[in-house]
Amino acid sequence: MSSPAEATEYFQHVTDTVCDIVERPWRRMPKAWYVALAISLCGAGLLLISLTKLVLTGIGIWGNNNTEGWAWDITNFVFWIGIGHAGTLISAILFLMRQKWRTSINRAAEAMTIFAVICAGIFPLFHTGRPWFAAYWLLPLPNDMSIWPQFRSPLMWDVFAVSTYLTISALFWYVGLVPDLATLRDRFVARGLNVRAAIYGALALGWRGSARQWHRFEKAYLILAALSTPLVLSVHSVVSFDFAVGQTPGWHTTIFPPYFVAGAIFSGFAMVLTLMIPARYLFGLKEIVRVDHIEAMCKILLATSMMVGFAYGTEFFIAWYSGNPYEQFTFLNRAFGPFAWAYWTMVTCNVIVPQAFWFKRCRTNPYIIVFLCILVNIGMWFERFVIIATSLTRTWIPSSWHYYQPTFWDISTLIGSFGLFFTLFLLFMRFLPAVAMFEVKFASDHAHAGPATAHH
Amino acid sequence: MEKDQVDMDPNRLLPAGSEDVFYGLVAEYDSPGSLVLAAEQVRDAGYEQWDSHSPFPVHGIDPAMGIRPTILPILVFAGGITGTALAILMQWWMNAWEWHWVASGKPYFSLPQQIPIAFELTVLLAGFTTFFGMWGLNKLPQVWHPLFKRDRFLRATNDGFFISVESKDPKFDRAATERLLRDAGATAIEEVHYTTSTDLRTVPRPILGFILATSVLAMVPFAFIAKWRTTHSTEPHHYIVPDMDFQVSRRPQSESSIFPDERASRTGVDGTVARGELRDDDHFYHGLVDGKWASTFPPQIELSERTIRRGQQRFTIYCTPCHGQAGQGNGMIQVRALAVGAAATGWVQPTNLVDTAAQANPTRQPHGQLFNTISNGIRTMPAYKSQIPEEDRWAIVMYLRALQRSRNASIEDVPPSKRPTIR
Repeated sequence: MSSPAEATEYFQHVTDTVCDIVERPWRRMPKAWYVALAISLCGAGLLLISLTKLVLTGIGIWGNNNTEGWAWDITNFVFWIGIGHAGTLISAILFLMRQKWRTSINRAAEAMTIFAVICAGIFPLFHTGRPWFAAYWLLPLPNDMSIWPQFRSPLMWDVFAVSTYLTISALFWYVGLVPDLATLRDRFVARGLNVRAAIYGALALGWRGSARQWHRFEKAYLILAALSTPLVLSVHSVVSFDFAVGQTPGWHTTIFPPYFVAGAIFSGFAMVLTLMIPARYLFGLKEIVRVDHIEAMCKILLATSMMVGFAYGTEFFIAWYSGNPYEQFTFLNRAFGPFAWAYWTMVTCNVIVPQAFWFKRCRTNPYIIVFLCILVNIGMWFERFVIIATSLTRTWIPSSWHYYQPTFWDISTLIGSFGLFFTLFLLFMRFLPAVAMFEVKFASDHAHAGPATAHH
Repeated sequence: MEKDQVDMDPNRLLPAGSEDVFYGLVAEYDSPGSLVLAAEQVRDAGYEQWDSHSPFPVHGIDPAMGIRPTILPILVFAGGITGTALAILMQWWMNAWEWHWVASGKPYFSLPQQIPIAFELTVLLAGFTTFFGMWGLNKLPQVWHPLFKRDRFLRATNDGFFISVESKDPKFDRAATERLLRDAGATAIEEVHYTTSTDLRTVPRPILGFILATSVLAMVPFAFIAKWRTTHSTEPHHYIVPDMDFQVSRRPQSESSIFPDERASRTGVDGTVARGELRDDDHFYHGLVDGKWASTFPPQIELSERTIRRGQQRFTIYCTPCHGQAGQGNGMIQVRALAVGAAATGWVQPTNLVDTAAQANPTRQPHGQLFNTISNGIRTMPAYKSQIPEEDRWAIVMYLRALQRSRNASIEDVPPSKRPTIR
């Protein structure tokens, strides 16, 4: 049990450490942040150029064709949606499980979720070729012949799932941000910085930390977590229905929903680690984002890696056990056909590489973790590519068999989406409280400081 | 009561016509534990218009303050149920009522396929209810509050723990309340005042102007849309991307810059087989069994008088002009050719189909070979496969077999009972 003085010191330390990133003058921002922002802005510019070119020319600039209607764009869509899932898992599922270590990373992970879903949304939107009509096509509105959308299509479910996910994630994130924005507001007021106090004050909605407000706030937070938990599981399940409801060999399997969800959490955690490990060094968050938090995340990576590996094995077993020659051909073609290089990249990165996390040295060395996490994300991108490319280039009609090759614009759009993602994340680090201060304080032992808790 | 210990607001120089209002007292405590203890005492003293403030939700503060559970979960449940009902109603109305959507012959309305969207809309509406319901019940956003007047209170979002008691509480007594808060362990107590001065509380003009200007500007697009919806324009339509709206259609055999061979007409992909054109039954389509002429009829062809009658009819239509009614190679074409003297210029007489004397005559050929000749032609005889379907070609072969038999029959072939009728 800590004394009131120790507790106050701890609370101030948390506030000062986190707020310092927002409050420090530009010259005290780390050089690495500027370098990263410059590179990311170049990437975001590339995305802008690529999408402008696409809108002016048509989606023929991509390598898609009649055989390979979904190519890199849908690969990228599934990849980015998957990245987002770790954020919701950390903020909602680990919250319901009372995992205290989540408080140090949940804010950044939720931000990552929203930015990843934004990046994901770009691809199906621009895949329509005329995104300014997309709202009209995707939403339940009658078309120009007064016919309504067909709700048996998993693509319709996808529209509802992804837009609900983005909305609820943003609401959840903003609810959590309000008390911390109020902290920043009060610090700017204390320093007499009126413009910033007004901006953060408007965003903080007049929060004053009242216990009656905290009561409803906590209830709302719990409800949002309880809503987000099945939601996050449903989103990647619905994304997997886009494939599983189709009749294409290699897609038409019931393992897809759990397999996709496990893969999503796997790739998302890898991305959280890739972002948070450099951030905790650059912004002095080492005492808040602790080594044991990172170790816990590495263990989740290891567990989900083995789930994904198990799913790869199950797919092969079912292809053989079903006695279905088309399934058998599809899976042999995946492992030994023209895209075998992609398949084995996927297996190496997703199943073999994460086995290193059995060793404590690998779970605690930041360089090893970041390196392995980047490999995992490469592997998870290839997983989606393998599913889409190997199945679509070997469909029922041999005359449509084909080999898929991306064009310059495919590659530039993918790189550009990373640019946008990192730009948004770096700006988030600078302008919003990157760690949920009130949750860190609430989850610490100091939250029980003082006399009353003795008889608890 | 030591009045000097209470920090009076130093900046109470009020403009004329305004009135100072005493909001209440705010007391600071040194730890979350002290806050809970103090809250229990304020609660037991019977206060109602009071609150506590902390940088995070303090463990055990709800029972200590006597806060009753919020009705938020009930609102959220109602919101969620509305979402479910809305989703199912929408899908039923759009796919089964307003427009009968035929998809793979499935029922227009069936619950399982509606579950994903019903679930998503349940979560969406429950989420909106949680979000807006929580802020609404908390009476936020609120741009102004008397407590923010105190600098000390700025620490309520950092490391400070406060209890505020409003002066409008029926039990509020300036001295007694202060004593209660102090005895409960307060480290500092301050008075909170605000002023009713309209000068101090009006929105600054630039901000008001900004709000008005943006409100008016926000209406402009809607005004244009409303106008466009109800008026006709003589101006041509604006095309954002003209080459997608006006795509060049190519005529057959014209040039195209898109393909390397610069032809607009494209051939099918190598190995393309049209629907129903996969002729992989050698016996039926080519008259071959194991690479040799079939000596039997394919199983699709019924050995019956009906087939022979069909063959006779087709033979009469297609074959008799050259081969003659009896198949002897003396049809009207042959008669005419001889009449105009075509024999002198290399006229080849149609084969006598029923003559057993010639070495390679059709009576000795297997069924398959005859079928092949009809299909593909021979010498000057053209191919008939594009005019006569396979079934009819086989029927002609069967009729031809009957014709050959009858043209070379002896009296032994006639059943004994019928022989007297022939003689």
